[in-house]
Amino acid sequence: MQEFEYINAKTVSEAVTLLDEKGDKARILAGGTDLIVQAREGRRTLDWMIDIKSIPEVNELSYDSNTGLTLGAAVPCYQIYADDAVCNAYPGLVDATIIIGGTAIQGRAGVGGNLCNASPAADCIPPLIVLNATCVIAGPNGEREIPSEDFCTAPGQTALEKGEMLVSIKIPAPQQNSRSYYLRFIPRNEMDIAVVGAGAAIVLDEAKQRIISARIALAAVAPTPLYAEEASALLADREISDTAIDEAAQAAQNIARPISDMRGTAEQRTHLVGVLTRRALNGAIQRVKDDAA
Amino acid sequence: MSENKEYKVIGTRPIRHDGVDKVTGRAIYGADFQITGLLHGRVLRSPHAHAKIVSIDTSRAEALPGVKGIVTAQDLPAAEDKMADLGEGAVNLKYLCDNILASDKALYKGHAIAAVAATNPHIAGEACTLLDVEYEVLPPVLEVRQAMEPDAPILHDNIRTSSLGETGEKPSNVASHLQHKKGDIEKGFTEADVVIEREFVTGTVHQGYIEPHNATALYNPDGQLTVWCSTQGAFTVREQLAEILQYPISKIKVVPLEIGGGFGGKINVYIKPVAALLAKKTGKPVKVLMNRADVFEGTGPTPASYLTIKIGATNDGKITAAQTSLAFEAGAYPGSPVGAGAMCVFAPYNIENVLIDGYDVVVNKPKTAPYRAPGATNAAFGTETVIDELAETLNMDPLEIRLKNGAKEGDRRADGPVFPRIGFIETIEAAQEHPHYTSSNGKKHHGRGVASGFWFNIGLESSVTISVNPDGTVNLVEGSTDIGGTRASIAMQAAEVLGIPAESVNPTVVDTNSIGYTAVTGGSRTTYATGYAAYEAAQDVVKQMKARAAKLWDVDEDNIQFADGEFSSINGKEEQISFRDLSAKLSQTGGPVVGRATMNPAGAGGAFATHVVDVAVDEETGKVEILRYTATQDAGKAIHPSYVEGQIQGGVVQGIGWALNEEYIYNDEGEMTNASFLDYRMPTCLDLPMIDAVIVEVPNPGHPYGVRGVGEVPIVPPPAAIANAIYDAIGVRMTELPMSPDRILKALGKI
Amino acid sequence: MVRKLHVQTAINGETVEFLCEPRQSLLEVLRDELHLTGAKEGCNNGNCGACSVILDGRLVNSCLVLGVEIDGKSVETIEGVAEPEKLHPIQDAFLENAALQCGICTPGFIMSAKALLDKNPNPTEHEVRYWLAGNLCRCTGYDKIVRAVLDAASAT
Repeated sequence: MQEFEYINAKTVSEAVTLLDEKGDKARILAGGTDLIVQAREGRRTLDWMIDIKSIPEVNELSYDSNTGLTLGAAVPCYQIYADDAVCNAYPGLVDATIIIGGTAIQGRAGVGGNLCNASPAADCIPPLIVLNATCVIAGPNGEREIPSEDFCTAPGQTALEKGEMLVSIKIPAPQQNSRSYYLRFIPRNEMDIAVVGAGAAIVLDEAKQRIISARIALAAVAPTPLYAEEASALLADREISDTAIDEAAQAAQNIARPISDMRGTAEQRTHLVGVLTRRALNGAIQRVKDDAA
Repeated sequence: MSENKEYKVIGTRPIRHDGVDKVTGRAIYGADFQITGLLHGRVLRSPHAHAKIVSIDTSRAEALPGVKGIVTAQDLPAAEDKMADLGEGAVNLKYLCDNILASDKALYKGHAIAAVAATNPHIAGEACTLLDVEYEVLPPVLEVRQAMEPDAPILHDNIRTSSLGETGEKPSNVASHLQHKKGDIEKGFTEADVVIEREFVTGTVHQGYIEPHNATALYNPDGQLTVWCSTQGAFTVREQLAEILQYPISKIKVVPLEIGGGFGGKINVYIKPVAALLAKKTGKPVKVLMNRADVFEGTGPTPASYLTIKIGATNDGKITAAQTSLAFEAGAYPGSPVGAGAMCVFAPYNIENVLIDGYDVVVNKPKTAPYRAPGATNAAFGTETVIDELAETLNMDPLEIRLKNGAKEGDRRADGPVFPRIGFIETIEAAQEHPHYTSSNGKKHHGRGVASGFWFNIGLESSVTISVNPDGTVNLVEGSTDIGGTRASIAMQAAEVLGIPAESVNPTVVDTNSIGYTAVTGGSRTTYATGYAAYEAAQDVVKQMKARAAKLWDVDEDNIQFADGEFSSINGKEEQISFRDLSAKLSQTGGPVVGRATMNPAGAGGAFATHVVDVAVDEETGKVEILRYTATQDAGKAIHPSYVEGQIQGGVVQGIGWALNEEYIYNDEGEMTNASFLDYRMPTCLDLPMIDAVIVEVPNPGHPYGVRGVGEVPIVPPPAAIANAIYDAIGVRMTELPMSPDRILKALGKI
Repeated sequence: MVRKLHVQTAINGETVEFLCEPRQSLLEVLRDELHLTGAKEGCNNGNCGACSVILDGRLVNSCLVLGVEIDGKSVETIEGVAEPEKLHPIQDAFLENAALQCGICTPGFIMSAKALLDKNPNPTEHEVRYWLAGNLCRCTGYDKIVRAVLDAASAT
């Protein structure tokens, strides 16, 4: 592997100062499950790894039924799915954290890293998008927040500017009668990268017959994970029906711009967008229905 | 399973002798080896699938601090176009050497070009990036049918097709054409009421052992070369090193350390000669390890293939004729297992009229290596799918048509051999009676398939010595590396003879200076042939021990009898002594007792299997789930049934991987785009149910306990069985491997 | 050359100090510096599980951890699983069930199984298969491994 220096940063300002100083030759190390492999295989050149796991803010995992979730950028998957409050409030996010890698990967990898790695196929990003998550970013000029759907800009590229780092992710508290769901298609049952991923969040009326609003997001069908805006809008204020769901699935297929690679063909991916969007929507609806009245 | 009445040790399930070392992390595998002053080597590999090597400039790499030596093909002795004798068949020496380090042309992406030894592996890796190689890139040919086209890019200017005794005139990628004929093929098809002919394609797949290749080499100033490594055969490594390095065999010692899987892929050498060259150049021990991408791109996969299968049968299900053309990708150099595929393709059936053509074709992919019943799985995918279709057309049960045509003792294969007592019919009957086959599989999108398979198994050379300890235990020394529990299965055969528990035999696998020649652990031969040698060596011990008892009691040797671990005197004195007690009296009766045997047995006896599988197909995504799997197999006699079951279960799961997802995926430039465990997609435990292994025992007349090799045949039926199950589920015949979700969606017309 | 860093850690309950380059993984440190070769390199990118160890009570791939990251932490490896005179029940179950063939994946599977049973002493077959999905075995077809883990669970 290439040579690099390792720094264990203790505060956000220390990490930000270092990032600002070293520029793009420095990378943040959290779970390391992508970064270490990329450095080893020469896919990313770097001179500095800045370990942020000793910084308190990036390890925060706190949920409040009014204000929602604060998820530190370095919190690993296993802590997320071990948290009952998170499991109860954000099942769609939990769906993603339990399928990333295997158990050993989940011991290190986290949602923040998944976001910063900015893979088009990232499993955690569609759930963040459908859950209206915002990204809390610290930089030389202080903190700013951006919507999760704007965080990734291209494969491996993010909206982070020079000297900036992701500190945490905020997710609003779920509305009444709302649920989220994420699933992906992979040829095996674990340990694969999504051929296509689809997330959905849905808000139903009191009677659980009518969709008040929906959000749909997709992975692995474009250079970044996508918010399917038109497909989501199509479902607003509609009776639950196969027709409505099929229309949304069709609209989601329309925005997919997949490529063919070793993980799947473009035709296969476009086809799967329809299948998975339907399954994600039905999954989220079923979850609302399964909730005690 | 049969009752185990006749034996005390055979058929029991003792803890394997090397077990504790392997569950505590103490067992030393090739990469674990440490030695003072060790340097670390890395290999630079070709980024191009087909290119002339114009020049290699090592100067920048040499200047890197920590670099101690660099080797290229220039450091290998000039290889002539002569044949090297490697025991198991002659190989062109230039091809053998060029696959170690390319001399003039890189013939696949990943082809080794040069290697560096440095003070740590990171520096060696960095130095590889500083080697300046100028290539003249040539168009690659990546598929067997394309390679056979007259205008295809030619890999080797000197290859002329050798076809049935004739040699072609023009350079060709078709290295050879073989043919087996039996009966009158035209007459056979005329007699048929139904004839089905189909084409099949199979992908390139890798053995997928978890341990990458490794080698540590040391040249002593006296010229002694020692190589520590993981290998399926220390003696074959010694032979290959002697040929490639043009070095006296007497000056080479190969020390086999524990091996982390092979499946045929750790017979050919790759980095062992490279480690030796680097060791010679630096005067230090050098360890060379492959990483996973090196293993996929630089070591033998098993061939992709294209085959046609045509089978005819009468309305009552009697097969009258079978014809095939098998075209196998050899990879960069000739030598695919098409010959073995041709031996196996119709072997399970007694067919009067057969015509088999086989083609060995070079393409710009890694040189293929054996993989568990090499060639047989490719062939059976075609045959067993067509048989299924025949059964359907004739409205017959698919096991019934196999039973009606199944080969028995005395039947002759198209390639010549006549079967001794074999157990194919018994495997079909075991499948028919199994609760899996008699149960319903009624659900929508669920399907059931069956398929059978054959592998011929081999014998070859094995040596064993057994020395008797004063406490009645014995030390057994063998040359067969233990990949899956053969220390136990060999020791148990000696224990049975000596009337002692399996635990009283201490088996040790030793280096090439310490035991007689022993061929590779492969061909399903080890429990059979080395076990046979252990049996004979134990008989030798018994014979010598009888002489000691005779001496002790002052009677004639002929008067000593040995049974149930007791020596006794007959005809005269009433004396009795146990093996253990007599062992304590060796020094007073003449000194140590060492039994020995060498074997090259001919009666390996073929192995047959019949499998039943249930699948569920998600018609929206094309994904296939394995719901239930039952594999019946004739083991002859299962020495250690747990490890026989393990061989069956492991082979089945490799076959499932081959069937569903495993393949080398190439881009147009000939680069493998999925050279990692992430994207090569071998099955994980979450993809599988329990695998029900049913052992059938039809003793092999060619072994004292009736052993047949069991390791290879279980991989043969799965792809066809699964294809047949998919057809049952969704009504589509899959003719291309792997039957991955995108191919299923295409077959269903969904994409 | 990047300067080596000093690391103090606990490995199998013993305090251990070593120097390592930042680019050396925990797997390299265990194998090359500390000569604990029970953890194996199968893929070096987190896709086979042969290098599994337990870091501060949590299962990780040691190829995806830097050696310098374990400063002040505790690591359990296969070498620390058995007691001097007695194997761990999982190790016994692997031997009794013939749950290994070549054995190269075995240390990783045992560490993974231990992490599971430490947390969930009574898993279902599906839970075992899900938990172990990150550990590849190419020899056994997993049947006997899954049985061994289930047996070990009922034995403890």
